[in-house]
Amino acid sequence: MANRRHFIKAATGMAVAAAFGVGLLGHAQAADPLKVGFVYISPIGDAGWTYQHDQGRLQMEKALGDKVETKYIENVPEGADAERVIRELASSGYSLIYATSFGYMNFVERVAKQFPNVTLMHATGYKMGKNFGNYNARFYEGRYLNGVIAGKMSKSNVLGYVAAFPIPEVVMGINAFARGARSVNPKAEVRVIWVNSWYDPGKEREAALTLISQGADMITHHTDSTAVVQAAEEKGVNAFSYHSDMGKYGPKAQLSGTTHQWGKYYTDTTQAVLDGTWKSSSVWGGVKDQMIEIVPLNASVPADVKAEVEKLEGEMRAGTFHPFAGPVVDQDGKTRVPAGQVISDSELGHMKYFVEGVASKLRQD
Amino acid sequence: MEQSLFSAILFATLVAGTPLIIVALGELITEKAGVLNLGAEGTMAMGAVAGFAATHYSGNPYLGVLAGMAAGALMSLLFGLLTLTFMANQVASGLALAIFGVGLSAFIGKPYESLTLQAVPAWRIPLLADIPYIGSALFNQQSLVYFSWALLAGVIWFLYKSRAGLILRAVGESPASAHSIGYPVIRIRYLATLFGGAMAGIGGAFLSVFYTPLWVEGMVSGRGWIALALVVFATWRPLRVMVGAYLFGGVMITQLFVQGSGLNLEVPSQLLSALPYLATILVLVLISRNQQTIRLNSPQSLGQPYRPDA
Repeated sequence: MANRRHFIKAATGMAVAAAFGVGLLGHAQAADPLKVGFVYISPIGDAGWTYQHDQGRLQMEKALGDKVETKYIENVPEGADAERVIRELASSGYSLIYATSFGYMNFVERVAKQFPNVTLMHATGYKMGKNFGNYNARFYEGRYLNGVIAGKMSKSNVLGYVAAFPIPEVVMGINAFARGARSVNPKAEVRVIWVNSWYDPGKEREAALTLISQGADMITHHTDSTAVVQAAEEKGVNAFSYHSDMGKYGPKAQLSGTTHQWGKYYTDTTQAVLDGTWKSSSVWGGVKDQMIEIVPLNASVPADVKAEVEKLEGEMRAGTFHPFAGPVVDQDGKTRVPAGQVISDSELGHMKYFVEGVASKLRQD
Repeated sequence: MEQSLFSAILFATLVAGTPLIIVALGELITEKAGVLNLGAEGTMAMGAVAGFAATHYSGNPYLGVLAGMAAGALMSLLFGLLTLTFMANQVASGLALAIFGVGLSAFIGKPYESLTLQAVPAWRIPLLADIPYIGSALFNQQSLVYFSWALLAGVIWFLYKSRAGLILRAVGESPASAHSIGYPVIRIRYLATLFGGAMAGIGGAFLSVFYTPLWVEGMVSGRGWIALALVVFATWRPLRVMVGAYLFGGVMITQLFVQGSGLNLEVPSQLLSALPYLATILVLVLISRNQQTIRLNSPQSLGQPYRPDA
């Protein structure tokens, strides 16, 4: 069976490659396609950060057809190798390059200076230049919506959160989740376990099991594997996935989740480069820009909760609701954002405190 | 509540320590014969992917364990071929094997990444499992947890009570003397290396079939290296390997519980995550600091190639 499957795969692969080769020859005579390169931090795999970027690449390829030719390089560490890979792409005719991890930032900057005719896009960073833009997603919006569901549906009022590192990006998500839950359930509390790794399925699972054994009946994670959702399925509690829809790992457990959708952004940006209208920008898109979508709710979510989530989602789309609209009070009772004001993007980017509703302490430094 | 918390920590500690014990005891036998195989990380990865694939096709987790064992043995056979037959440098070959195994497992494992396995039910030992406080944690466990205990007993008996174990140790101490009184040094080293590889394969299969049940690239996440370090810090003594493995697992699990309890801790989580390593090294160094016993227990010819003069 296995052999046959591999054979079929290999055969289709060859057929596709052949077709592609023929296609390339055809184009050489017509207009040259725009060569677009993608640099990924990890293998594409089946779920997670890089998988979502690759889905975006495929969507873009589908939308723009033979106007583009894409290539990806996976598993590129955030070191000197990254600069080599990016420069290699730039010097071999790739005139648009998406670099999809924070640690590539300084290398992207350097290559951008050397190749003024190449457009470079860097995900999750903050630097930019004439031919060098950055983009990121407001995933905390999805987290807030997930928090609302968790707050409504939790029986123990204990919500577990398996988190990678105590940096603003992660802290922001925890706070949004807690605020969502608290907005509908003032007794809800979020407990956080740091595993100090983006990716260690064994440890993520242990952390999830620990939270479950301490009473959490809703868990979510800011790590890269599917282990947390799987652990929830096994123990009969509920989970919210992150990055990708992990429904097949927890068909009963997964109530919803927060996913990154890069397809539309990649299509629009690439089209702008094709049209010659691209300008360097710093984009932070959310639900409104369809960069963040929540996973369709599980059938077990009651209709009233569903209605509430859809209402909030609609308000986010209309731009009338912000998960960090004041008052934002931290866990020590200090008001960080007064009532009537909305948190600024820069405050979000430097968030180093937990809001009320998070039971675990965050060391202030 | 207190009782169930203690029981939960104990249970999780045993599970977390098990792959380390199995891999480290296998490596201990290899090293006792004088062979230093640093390829455990890659061997575990190969065992994990083979175990997952076999369980996926057969539906039987124990066939998965067998497949993991076979894959691990195959990896160590490659190592043996390089270092024992072709006399390549053991350290370099071992490191190469570690990197190669992780990469090859990722390549082979591509089609299995989206799949899941049924969780394997625990084996409940009647009567013993009813002991208050510790019973359900100790005796309602995964079968491989019991296997690791049996393996420990077996390794101790083999090394210190059996004739074959004495010969194995002799080969590790002084291959030239062992050779001169007629023992086939290279063959014994091959067998010890194969055993180490097979155990590393089982440890890997435990991760992908019993522990997480899933396969993803890089899932071993350094456990192979920890197992290698345990052997050295335990000064090549089997019982201390187990102590070290449980200590490591225990501190890791306990710090997770402390974090999850919502206690107000003013300790950075990074430090908490480093605790298992610190505690294990500290305790093992303290209990094994006697220079003479270290000399007695460490195999003298470790890592040195031996070419029998015909």
